[in-house]
Amino acid sequence: MKRVSLVLTLAVAAGLSAQAASAQTLKTVKDRGMLSCGVSQGLPGFSSPDDKGNWTGLDVDVCRAIAAAIFNDATKVKFVPLSAKDRFTALQSGEIDVLSRNTTWTLSRDTSLGANFTGVTYYDGQGFLVKKSLKVNSALELNSASVCVQTGTTTEQNLADYFKGNNMKYEVIAFGTADETVKAYESGRCDVFTSDVSQLYAERLKLANPADHAVLPEVISKEPLGPMVRHGDDQWFDVVKWTLFAMVDAEELGVTQKNVDEMAKSDKPELKRAFGTDGNLGEQLGLTKDWVSRIVKAVGNYGESFDRNVGAGSKLGIARGLNQLWNKGGIQYAPPIR
Amino acid sequence: MAIEPRKPPSQFIPKLQRALGGRAGWGGFVLQILFVAALAWIAYEIVANARANLQAQRITAGFGFLQNTAGFDVSQNLIPYTGSDTYTRVFLVGLLNTLLVSVIGIFFATIIGFLVALGRLSPNWLLSRIAGSYVELIRNLPPLFQILFWYLAVLAALPNPRQSISLFDIFYLNNRGLVIPKPIGEPGFEPFVVALVIAIVVSVGLWRYSRWQLFQHGKLIKVWPYALGLLIGLPLVAALIFGAPVIFEIPQLKGFNFAGGSRVIPEFVALTLALSTYTAAFIAEIVRAGILSVHSGQMEAGSSLGLQRGSVLRLIVIPQAMRVILPPLTNQYLNLTKNSSLAVAIGYPDLVSVFAGTTLSQTGQAIEIIGITMGVYLLISLVTSALMSFYGWRISRSLGP
Repeated sequence: MKRVSLVLTLAVAAGLSAQAASAQTLKTVKDRGMLSCGVSQGLPGFSSPDDKGNWTGLDVDVCRAIAAAIFNDATKVKFVPLSAKDRFTALQSGEIDVLSRNTTWTLSRDTSLGANFTGVTYYDGQGFLVKKSLKVNSALELNSASVCVQTGTTTEQNLADYFKGNNMKYEVIAFGTADETVKAYESGRCDVFTSDVSQLYAERLKLANPADHAVLPEVISKEPLGPMVRHGDDQWFDVVKWTLFAMVDAEELGVTQKNVDEMAKSDKPELKRAFGTDGNLGEQLGLTKDWVSRIVKAVGNYGESFDRNVGAGSKLGIARGLNQLWNKGGIQYAPPIR
Repeated sequence: MAIEPRKPPSQFIPKLQRALGGRAGWGGFVLQILFVAALAWIAYEIVANARANLQAQRITAGFGFLQNTAGFDVSQNLIPYTGSDTYTRVFLVGLLNTLLVSVIGIFFATIIGFLVALGRLSPNWLLSRIAGSYVELIRNLPPLFQILFWYLAVLAALPNPRQSISLFDIFYLNNRGLVIPKPIGEPGFEPFVVALVIAIVVSVGLWRYSRWQLFQHGKLIKVWPYALGLLIGLPLVAALIFGAPVIFEIPQLKGFNFAGGSRVIPEFVALTLALSTYTAAFIAEIVRAGILSVHSGQMEAGSSLGLQRGSVLRLIVIPQAMRVILPPLTNQYLNLTKNSSLAVAIGYPDLVSVFAGTTLSQTGQAIEIIGITMGVYLLISLVTSALMSFYGWRISRSLGP
C-alpha cells in the first residue's frame, strides 16, 4: 500500500510541474469549446442574469462577441460571476480567459497585477447617490457623512482622495459585494453610496423607491472600464482587443446586425478588408476571414449593444455622452482594420 | 576460579534500528527517507511552478508592497491611521480589530456560556427549559446568518442620527452606532493613574493576606471595606492635589453625524453579539458536560457540610470540572477567533476584510497576502491554546494528580 501511494504522489507532482507556464489561451479555448468569461454578480446594463439565467449587458456582449469570433456561436460562453475583490485572482490563476466586469483601467492594474486592458467599453466616472430627503445638492456638502462603498475597487481610493482634497471628514463602511453595500445604504447605515455613475443608475433601479434617490452632479474621477486579459499571451490579447475594435469600427462603417449580409457584398475597400473578401486579416489574428460579420451578427455593432443594454433602448436610459463615436462628438475611437 | 559475568551485548544498534524504522527495521527507515524526500520534492515543485507562472505573467512578487501607500480609509482604527499610511499599517489596524472582537467575544461567550449551563442544570423547570431551548436554537443556525440577523435587526430598529435616542443628552444611540463622551487626559492624569495602580496592587495584597490568614490560622478577616476605601480614596486624594484628571468631550450633532465623543460602530456590536451568543451555546454544553462529569457524591458532600448550592458549585464542583472543560473550551475560543473573519459580510474592518480583501485586490499579490493572513491566524490560535494549556497546567497542579 505504501509503495502504491508513493507512486501516486510522484505522479501528481509530475503533473503539477508539467503544467505549462506559458499560456496558449486561444488554443486552450478552442480545445475546450467554450470561453470562460468573468463578469459581475449582477449589475443591470453591464452584466446581469435574467430569471432564466441568460446573461445580458454591455460587458456580456463583449464575451459573446469573442465567442462568436472564435466559434461562430455566441452561446459558447461560460459566465463566471465574480465580486470586485476576487476578480483579479480569478484572472491570474487562469480560472477565466477574459475579465469583462466593469473594471477601471489603471497603471498598477496594467503592471503589477499581471494583466492587460484591451480597450475601453465604457467611459465612466465616480459619483454619489444620496436620498433626496437629505436635501444635498453637491458632493461638497457631504462633510461628516457616512459613505458606503464596495471594497476592492478604485472607488475606495478616489473617495479618500476626494474628501482629503476638499478637507472634509467622512466615515467609510466597506462591504464585500455590491448587494450588501446597497442594502446598508438603503437601511440608513450611510448617507451616501458611491460608485461609478453608470453603476449608481443601475443600482438605483433595484431600490424600493428609485425616485427618492438622486445622483449628485459631481463626477470625481476618470473610470475607463474595459476587458482584461493575463500578461504573457500576445495573441489572445490581440483577439480580445480587436473584437472590441471590430464592434466600434462596425458602427463607424455603418454595419448593423440587420444589414451585415448586404454590407458584406459591398465593393468599398474598407468593407472588403473588414469582411475578409479582400486579404486575410482575420486569419492573422488566429480567427477566420469572416470574423467581423460573425461578431456583428451575434451582438450587433458597439452602438447597437450600447443602446440595447444601457442607452435609450434600455431601462437605464443613459445618454451616449463620452461614449459616442469620435466623429459624432464622443471619444470612442478604434484603430482601422487594415 | 571466579566466573566473570558475561557483559550483555550492546543494545545500541537494535535500539537505533527500532527507533528509526519501527518494526520494519532498516527497510522501513529507507522507505521513510524516500517518503520525506518525495514530499520535499513536491513542495519544491509547487513553489517553482508558482514562481515560473508569476514570472511568465510578470506579476510582481515579494513583500515590497507593504511599504506602499494604502490610499483608502477604515471605519474603525484603534491606532491612528489615515489613507496616506502604508499597507503595513493597514495590516496592523485590521489585526487589532480582529483581536478586539475576538477578546471581547470570548469574554462574553464565556460568561453567557457558564450562565446558560448553570441554568440548564438548575432544578427550576422553567429556567432549565429556557436554557435548553437557547442552546438548541442558537447552535443549530449558521453563524453567518446570525451575524446578518443581528446586523440587520440592530440597524432596522435604530433611528437616524437626527432622531437619536439620547440619555441625559450625553449618550446617543442611532444607526451610526453608540456615541459616548470621550475622556481626554488632563495634566493631573498621570498621578491619578499611579494612585489607582497602587490602590489595586495593595488591595490584591490585602486579599491574599486574608486568604493566607484564613487557611493557616482559620481567621476570617473582612478586607473589602479597606479595599474599597483604598480604591476610591487614593485616586480621590490624587485628584484633589493634582487637579481634575480627565474632562469629557460631549458629542454634538453636526451635519450628518455627531462630532466629538467616541463611537461604537454597529458593525462591531452586531459581530460581537452574534459571535458571543453563538459560541456561548457550545460553551454551555461543554460546561454542563464538565459539571456532570464530577461525581454526584461531591455535591452531596458539599451540601452535608452546610454549604449553599452556589458555594458548592464554585468551591468544589467547578474547580474539578475545569479539567474536563478546558480542552474543548479552548477549541471554542479558537473557533470564535476564526469565525470573526465572517466580519466582511457586514463591513466590519477586520484583518480579512481590509488586508486579505481590499489590500489584496489593490496589489494583486494573492500568494503573499493569503500567506501572511494564514500565518497570523495560526499564530493567534497557537498563542491562545498555549495560554489555555498553561492555565490547565496550573489547575491540575493545584488539584493534585
